[in-house]
Amino acid sequence: MSAVNSSSNGTPKVGVYVCHCGINIAGVIDVKAVVEFAKTLPNVTVAQEYKFMCSDPGQELIGKDLKEGKIDRVVVASCSPLMHEATFRRAMAAGGGNPFLFQMANIREHVSWVNKDKATATQKAKALVAAAVRRVVFHVPLQKTQVPVNSDVLIVGGGISGIHAALTMADAGRKVYLVEREPTIGGHMAKFDKTFPTLDCSACILTPKMSQVRAHPNITLWTYSEVAGVEGYVGNFKAKIRRKPKYVDENLCVGCLECIEACIFKKGKFKDEFNVGLSLRKPIYIPFPQATPLVAVIDPETCAYFRTGKCKQTCAEVCERKAINFDQKEEIKEINVGAIILATGFKTFDAARISRYGYGKYPTVYTSLEVERLVNAAGPTGGEVLLPNGQKPKAVGIVHCVGSRDEKTNRYCSRVCCMYSLKLAHLIHERTGAEVYNFYIDMRTPGKGYEEFYDRLMRENVHFVRGRVAEISDWAMTPDEEGKLVIRAEDTLVGAVRRIPVDMVVLSVGLEAQPDADEVRRMFNISCSSEGWFLERHPKLAPVSTFTDGIFLAGACQGPKDIPDCVAQAGAAAAEALALIDRGHVELEPNTAFVQEDFCSGCKTCVPLCPYSAISFDTSKNKAAVNGALCKGCGTCVAACPSGALQQNLFTDEEIFNEIEGVVKYV
Amino acid sequence: MDKWHGWDKIRYEAALDPHFGTKIASIPGGDKLLACIQCGTCSGVCPLSPYMDYTPRQIIAMIRAGFKAEVLSSYTTWLCASCYSCTVECPKEIKITDVMYAVKRLAIQEGVYPKRFPMPVLAHEFFRSVQKNGRSTESRLIVRLYLKTNPFKMLKQAMLGWNLWRRGRMGMGVESIKGKDELQRLFVAMDKETRAERRTGQEVRP
Amino acid sequence: MSYIYFPGCSLRSTGRGYEESLLEVCRALDLPVDELEDWNCCGATSYMSVDESKAFALSARNLALAEKQAHSSSDIQMMVPCAACYLGLNKAQHYLKEFPDIRARVNKALSSAGLVYSGQARIRHPLDIFTNDVGLDKIAAKMTKPLKGMKIACYYGCQLVRPYADFDDQHNPTTMGKIMTALGAEVIDWPLKTRCCGGSLTGTIEDVGLRLSYVILAEAHKRGCDAIATACPLCQFNLECYQGKMNRRYGLNGTVPVVYFTQLMGMAFGLSEKKLGLKRLFVPLPERGAVAAEGGAHVRG
Repeated sequence: MSAVNSSSNGTPKVGVYVCHCGINIAGVIDVKAVVEFAKTLPNVTVAQEYKFMCSDPGQELIGKDLKEGKIDRVVVASCSPLMHEATFRRAMAAGGGNPFLFQMANIREHVSWVNKDKATATQKAKALVAAAVRRVVFHVPLQKTQVPVNSDVLIVGGGISGIHAALTMADAGRKVYLVEREPTIGGHMAKFDKTFPTLDCSACILTPKMSQVRAHPNITLWTYSEVAGVEGYVGNFKAKIRRKPKYVDENLCVGCLECIEACIFKKGKFKDEFNVGLSLRKPIYIPFPQATPLVAVIDPETCAYFRTGKCKQTCAEVCERKAINFDQKEEIKEINVGAIILATGFKTFDAARISRYGYGKYPTVYTSLEVERLVNAAGPTGGEVLLPNGQKPKAVGIVHCVGSRDEKTNRYCSRVCCMYSLKLAHLIHERTGAEVYNFYIDMRTPGKGYEEFYDRLMRENVHFVRGRVAEISDWAMTPDEEGKLVIRAEDTLVGAVRRIPVDMVVLSVGLEAQPDADEVRRMFNISCSSEGWFLERHPKLAPVSTFTDGIFLAGACQGPKDIPDCVAQAGAAAAEALALIDRGHVELEPNTAFVQEDFCSGCKTCVPLCPYSAISFDTSKNKAAVNGALCKGCGTCVAACPSGALQQNLFTDEEIFNEIEGVVKYV
Repeated sequence: MDKWHGWDKIRYEAALDPHFGTKIASIPGGDKLLACIQCGTCSGVCPLSPYMDYTPRQIIAMIRAGFKAEVLSSYTTWLCASCYSCTVECPKEIKITDVMYAVKRLAIQEGVYPKRFPMPVLAHEFFRSVQKNGRSTESRLIVRLYLKTNPFKMLKQAMLGWNLWRRGRMGMGVESIKGKDELQRLFVAMDKETRAERRTGQEVRP
Repeated sequence: MSYIYFPGCSLRSTGRGYEESLLEVCRALDLPVDELEDWNCCGATSYMSVDESKAFALSARNLALAEKQAHSSSDIQMMVPCAACYLGLNKAQHYLKEFPDIRARVNKALSSAGLVYSGQARIRHPLDIFTNDVGLDKIAAKMTKPLKGMKIACYYGCQLVRPYADFDDQHNPTTMGKIMTALGAEVIDWPLKTRCCGGSLTGTIEDVGLRLSYVILAEAHKRGCDAIATACPLCQFNLECYQGKMNRRYGLNGTVPVVYFTQLMGMAFGLSEKKLGLKRLFVPLPERGAVAAEGGAHVRG
């Protein structure tokens, strides 16, 4: 392929602009010498220096020369393309040229910032400029492509984060699909009794939002559903949603509970998931009184009809609305959306992994989530804190940092446990009058009103022992330890080892990523961090977007955080998704790979290599085909193609080899 | 006024040893002690901690802060029974038991240990016995220990000794290996290595 | 392939019953066992308190000798019954593997004694060998006099399980209990299975050491055990030989037999009491005949 030029007389006209960058470049490199050198290179018609090329007057230099027809291709020798490639491309476009007939020579990060010797630096700068000049002659004029963006959005996960994001986007007029795995939305927040630090009733602040979701005309709520597969690219995702059968028609059921009353199981017999295993439910159930949608669910694993085929089906009999349908089948829904927000939440650390705390061994050792259910008025004990023997505890130990800040389990701090431990200390003390002991390493109270909450708890005479609990056992050393669980820890502030007998232990378990986080992230083509949380694009500046355009993160699935942060992040994710959708289109960089079909033999080497699944195989032509919208220009397929049929725009073999020759000749 | 109790209550930086922390941290796997979060699990799980003058957690804090004199002369490290509970439970995986050993070794090297405290004496006698014969003879070891620390105690323990002897659990002969000179050569070679290391100017690990 | 047996200094004196019963049990189970030629002291805790490099050198000599003695260079199995030796040898092996500069020094010194250390030896405790190599079924098959009606508190001690035991859970070990159950005994569950008995402190700083051993004995006694089974010679000595003192000082009511788990195994196999070293106990076990004949009702010692 010969040099393509766009000038009228057939010869390319290259303009070279060498930047001083103040003293960043000029302090080391002899800029004048580089300009003089550039003038000697073939095809160079203009060579200039300027103090700050990225400034308006600097950019104007380019624009003027373009308009006057002195140049049609540009080389700027200045900083890294990461800094100003976009700036100079815009300047070219403003001057009427094609922005891709442009090449930058990095003589700052690659030369003046890493060389002390002026002579060698100048020599290297000349070589890089020569390389850029040689290369740019082979650039072809490219155009950015635009793809339209679908304005619907899919939100995966119906906890507080998913709910808030859904309401925000729906209020903006967008159609939202909210998919939730459990039979009801609400997530972990629905299980809590009160929230810190205001001690607001959790359900009271959550349920209005849940009702809004149900009632909102723009939200399609699919509970008891999971995402089965995702294809496509930003602005044009195709998702398959698997709707599990509840065996109850959502449109007919009004949540009157008659079917549950009538079930042949007179009492609950199976571990109730919502009550974290502390109570038993029937095979037909509604998770909790404010479940949304308020629809009964039949669990086929425990329902007598599904297990044995023999059941009177009393539930179906009593249903006045005839909502129960044992023949309901799984449904697959296919939707097209422009953006996806993942709000799949967290799971709690499995306290059984730390055997010296006795969880699972002693029945009076609970996890914090279990105690949340105990103190909840709609929970298994009606809001009373009762031990398995039905009595109220007289002394309770709350153990902080279970599973967190530990090399053997999770290195990180789970951020919310100190606060919820304080909250539980308050609630337990209030409901039982028991002596409450919090065993902590550090008290982490960074939010608004958090430190004040800690102060309040201390004044309420909750006992604080700064010492990580070493062990919990039923070994009694003195008579008043008999029959109790003894917590042994060093009170580091006082400087003494203490043994404190308690009736009940609450393990403040840390937060972890959901167990299927890795599978989910593969489905959506994003990454996870080393601790398993979904990976954000930048920890400081881009916490809600991912490396896959169009997929956003909200809430605890991105990292442990409390409710205010979840809601804030959900709003941010909704805003970024809206920004994408409202633009209406997505501009794609043209540095994509393309197939020269004449050279393609159909060997299919490239197809499985693409990390973005951008290459497909056209069986009718027996050739590979690159989807320019999915391609991110990583170059893997180009390098692997045995025949060289795959080339990459802006990085063709010609362009690269000429750049190398340019350097080699002058270095 | 601030010498009222006979010692400076304020700990001036000049009195501390800023290199003590890094010296102890130079033992194999000891670098983690710099990351101690002072959670107190080690002291909480240590069965000996109520009897120590400084708890294990305090010792780590003192090592990091450079309180060398206090750490080396404390009874704490000599009360450590090497049960490794602290090492296994430490959330930062600090090898606390090995830190205790390092302090003991340094204390012996610098001669700053409680002199008639039985534990360092036991360590010494054991060391000598193995150095010489390659094995330790429990009976002789105990006798030498009592002679050096508390001879009257030996009389009190006579009954125990008698009971052990008549059940064949107390050998009177000296246990020894055949390859004694092989062992001596091994020790001499190890000493040579240590001297060579010292000569390179490299600080020798305690 | 025979196991290279490393007794350690204690098994020749206070721990004689352990060696005797262990070797008897190995014979009964057809486990080929050869004593390590000219083994030296492992250094225990004391050596490490004086000189770390020499402590590693001591263990390295033993391991190098084991490598030399083994028939096959690819499968060197050592049987190490004493918990302190088990810890010491493992510690040396781990450190020599993890820190090449220490390994280089030790190997250089070993060469002066004509030995080479390559780290191939597998250091195993009898509990590991019995559970994983022999298997509970084979052990149960050798049983002729089940330990019926005996309530055993299994005491593992500290240095056996921490920090190197990979054959059992470090917080809640069960291998000894499983062997005892397989031999017909009832194993009681108690929280002090791995709590330190005080080690050398009982003989030196009695106030402290005695108390540590006492609380273990008292709890086992309180939970109604007929005997405590141990796997370490120092633990057995500490728990057994000071019971009179504990009675006087802390009011321990009665005495508790403290035996080696291998002795109980030998009893279940019907082996001779004398050969198992049972005559060396300070606190004798209840009459075996009485237990077996009354078919379950136990007699407290």
